[in-house]
Amino acid sequence: MTTEHIARTVQFKIYRYDPDKDAAPYMQDISVQLEATDRKLLDAIVRLKTKDDSLSFRRSCREGVCGSDAMNINGKNGLACLTDVDSLAQPITLRPLPGLPVIRDLIVDMTQFFKQYHSIKPYVVNNTPPPERERLQSPEEREELNGLYECILCACCSTACPSFWWNPDKFVGPAGLLAAYRFIADTRDEETNERLDNLEDPYRLFRCHTIMNCVDVCPKSLNPTKAIGKIKELMLSRAV
Amino acid sequence: MVKRLVVGAHYGFGDWLLQRLTAVVMALYTVLLVVRLLMMPSRDVFAWYDVFANGPMRFATFLFFMSLFYHAWVGVRDIFMDYVKPISVRLALHAVVAFLLLGYAGWAAQILWRL
Repeated sequence: MTTEHIARTVQFKIYRYDPDKDAAPYMQDISVQLEATDRKLLDAIVRLKTKDDSLSFRRSCREGVCGSDAMNINGKNGLACLTDVDSLAQPITLRPLPGLPVIRDLIVDMTQFFKQYHSIKPYVVNNTPPPERERLQSPEEREELNGLYECILCACCSTACPSFWWNPDKFVGPAGLLAAYRFIADTRDEETNERLDNLEDPYRLFRCHTIMNCVDVCPKSLNPTKAIGKIKELMLSRAV
Repeated sequence: MVKRLVVGAHYGFGDWLLQRLTAVVMALYTVLLVVRLLMMPSRDVFAWYDVFANGPMRFATFLFFMSLFYHAWVGVRDIFMDYVKPISVRLALHAVVAFLLLGYAGWAAQILWRL
């Protein structure tokens, strides 16, 4: 069904915090007149910024590839650029991703998130001398990576995960674990055992209690819970 | 003191697996117990006594309690790990729960073999 796009007014309730000026964060009520061409939430926020240019948020590709404009939209994490503005109940409540330190307004400090990502060595480790041409994979081996490599690191999943909220320094989080499995599943990688050792810790992997918030929010429809299950399966198969 | 992030206590997998296995034991025992209770000839204390006086049933019941306590240990420790941040408080809570569960295990054995 195509929605009739017309000029319309949209009500917002936006988390505002500028540490240089504000003593504490507050929610700002603001409305904006949208043009017929404004379809996605990001279009609306960009329009909003022409009205109040003090509003800060990240955005880049505006088509769900860069992962910059992840935010908490009406209580659920998602990408503003992939969310239809007309599908949202008003006032549209926008907050920064939960659980990470707020730098300003909708911008969060992703340092902890990327620290966890780097801790799983997000690259193929292979110490055998490379062949003359590339290291080949069979179509079946390549198939294993589908549903894993597509992650854009927007942090929607990890910041929707209570285990990550309580232990962001110790629990790798769904995004990091999805990436961990992406390299475990890669036949060209030779460090499977070391990777499993790295995760065999009561915190790093086993803080996941399978509540699947990550699957619920992933804007790329990926399944970190499934990847975490596969990691546990591998640990099981090497332990018994 | 330098605050170092320490990870790599390699008991995560073992505990996770044992928690699942103990859950299976408890589920099987629950079925066994329900069947056994439905098979009681009469509903009085003597029939109840007979159910647990039987050796294998007594063993299964003890196994159930041991599974329950180990399962609870992993679960409760998970909660402390998530919500109790100061190491000293967490260690104290771990100790209290561990000794309490050990005590319960002894108590369960005492009750079962006194029947």
